[in-house]
Amino acid sequence: MTQFLHQSWPWYVGGVFIGLTVPALLILGNKTLGVSSSLRHICAACFPLQVSYLKYDWKKESWNLFFAAGILIGGFIGGWLFADPQPETISHTTINALAQHGVVFNKGFVPDNIFNWHYLLTLPGLILLVGGGFLVGFGTRYAGGCTSGHGIMGLSTLQWPSLIAVISFFAAGILSAHYLLPLVLKLH
Amino acid sequence: MKKLRYLLIGIFFGIVLCKVQAVSWWRMQEMFRFDGFYMYGLFATAIPTGIISVWLIKKFKIKTIDGDPIVVPTKKFNWGYVIGGLLFGIGWAFSGACPGPLLALIGAGKSVVIVVFLSALLGTWVYSWLRPKLPH
Repeated sequence: MTQFLHQSWPWYVGGVFIGLTVPALLILGNKTLGVSSSLRHICAACFPLQVSYLKYDWKKESWNLFFAAGILIGGFIGGWLFADPQPETISHTTINALAQHGVVFNKGFVPDNIFNWHYLLTLPGLILLVGGGFLVGFGTRYAGGCTSGHGIMGLSTLQWPSLIAVISFFAAGILSAHYLLPLVLKLH
Repeated sequence: MKKLRYLLIGIFFGIVLCKVQAVSWWRMQEMFRFDGFYMYGLFATAIPTGIISVWLIKKFKIKTIDGDPIVVPTKKFNWGYVIGGLLFGIGWAFSGACPGPLLALIGAGKSVVIVVFLSALLGTWVYSWLRPKLPH
């Protein structure tokens, strides 16, 4: 069991687990999978503004905050307590291409030479981490959902608006990874 | 307490996100660059699992554990899905993370991700403020 927890799982095992959170949340209490709505609830609870989008009874949606807190704890268990000692098996083409832009491969999910406090205060660091984070929050709420809400939940329930949202996520993501990211990394 | 069940399912979801490396910045770059199949395989398994589960729930009229009928809210299209979706796509490629993985990464001890998460909160807040003026 602990060996299973220590290693990374193949996509066909993990995919089934991710897919099963959809019926699990429905059966546990008619809840729809989605994480980005927790950003809205946190704003409504902590930084209220006199606008209709943040004036609602967020406490009624507090299940979503429990779910988000769970993901945080799950990250501690799966990514720290039982961290995989092996690096991710990323394609060498990707690793080499990023190395040419100065991003050195290391294990543990994120490149240490970008995700550190020193790099955060550089121009590319600000764009990638603060700008990137800002766009994640702004974009997912504007789009009414993220990869889980539209990509998993929306597509699992065959809703075409979610498919359009997912196509938009990927179109911009693909273009950014190919063209914008190298430009930003050059600013260092 | 009734809400604890959502904490538990969140813990499960967070562990899975880490164990399938869906929280990995490297995996996202590999996916967007079409250099590997892993993430596509993940979506191609997760979505059919969800589709079949929801179909079974409807077919057998399965109820919630509290005995209520299960209803799936329908999403109504607006142009925010495209404009917001494109903006999110850029942020996804830059930070390598969606909202779920951001939380899991903080839990996994990546302290700088706290700044990324706070920036996402700021983005949400600014969206709430600009919302009446934005096309939807």
